Amino acid sequence: MHELAICQSLISQVENIALEHQAKSVSLIVIGIGPLSGVEAQLLKNAYPVASAGSVAENTQLVIEYLPVKVKCNECGCESEALPNKLICKQCGNWQTSLLSGDELLLMSVELEKDDTLDDTANDASANANIH
Amino acid sequence: MCDTCGCNITHGNENFIKPGGKLHKTQSGKEAITVLHSLLSENDHTAKHNRNHFDQHQVLAINLMSSPGAGKTALLEATIQQLDKNIKIAVIEGDLETENDAERIRQHGVEAIQISTGSACHLDAHMIHQALHNLDLSKFDIVFIENVGNLVCPASFDLGQHLNVTLLSVPEGDDKPAKYPVMFRKSDLVLISKSDLLPILDDFKPERARRYLQDIASTAPILELSSKNKQGMSAWLDWIQQQISLRQQHLLQHPATSENHSHEHEHHHA
Repeated sequence: MHELAICQSLISQVENIALEHQAKSVSLIVIGIGPLSGVEAQLLKNAYPVASAGSVAENTQLVIEYLPVKVKCNECGCESEALPNKLICKQCGNWQTSLLSGDELLLMSVELEKDDTLDDTANDASANANIH
Repeated sequence: MCDTCGCNITHGNENFIKPGGKLHKTQSGKEAITVLHSLLSENDHTAKHNRNHFDQHQVLAINLMSSPGAGKTALLEATIQQLDKNIKIAVIEGDLETENDAERIRQHGVEAIQISTGSACHLDAHMIHQALHNLDLSKFDIVFIENVGNLVCPASFDLGQHLNVTLLSVPEGDDKPAKYPVMFRKSDLVLISKSDLLPILDDFKPERARRYLQDIASTAPILELSSKNKQGMSAWLDWIQQQISLRQQHLLQHPATSENHSHEHEHHHA
């Protein structure tokens, strides 16, 4: 069960991004996982509350995009989807293929909530002033 | 990963960041940041650093992986006994508990560092980095890293090794490559170990194991060997010798960078 270690690495990266952008919280994290990454999405989801507790990404919505396994045939050049343990060309059946995708383990994007409450208050105040 | 700029945009995910893609939109009041970095980029960074250490000392690093009990330590013992004595070996052992395996190696007069992972089911690049602090790489030609016995988790973590060798022992059954494609796909060499048991456990068909490996598009060579009766050992020893010279040739063309350590702490590398 290495998903906890991977989840901790994810939180550490998200914390750095939030700090860099001076965000007050993280509202969404999108990660991409291919079946050949060796990571089980459900276990990663289960590990998330433990790994994120007390961090800027606590209670953040975690979205997992499942990326398909795709191979390109070294013989006929055909690109096709494949099963994780059957990486053969759908067109000609050749086993000598190259993996195009399916082994990803990616932090794809994060959505940050910036600490801009001060600006909002200022805008509200000027709006009110105009009304009166 | 893209070889040109190191980004992680592949055929599988490029549609997400194209205009109209899920990651292209930004909602009001929020800032969306597209990252596309590996979740293991911290580990991968340290792994790269480890690999550079090995390269600076012209040391070949081989990561041995298998299920528990497939014969990794026995293979190392047989290798130490039979490999050309001019090739200097060191071993990094990974286990949840005990120094047993390191002690087995030390009995052959070879330096061994034991990493006890506690409850962790795999070695990672940081653990190897720590171990390298206790190893004077200038004394060695080859470092074997014996990973934690596990066909799942070790496959996800780059340690800084140059090559992965996976053992598939005869009692485990010949369909392991179909059941654990992630690990077997990453293997540069597959060893069918405990081959002395083939006559007894005759439901293991090496040909079938080969077919399952082809199904996962593996081009790795497959060798049958027994650390016990030493059959097949010479092909494995030849492979090691060949890999050492290939590495040396590679380093002549691509010398290791004498990087300024980007360590955050002060320490001395042996």
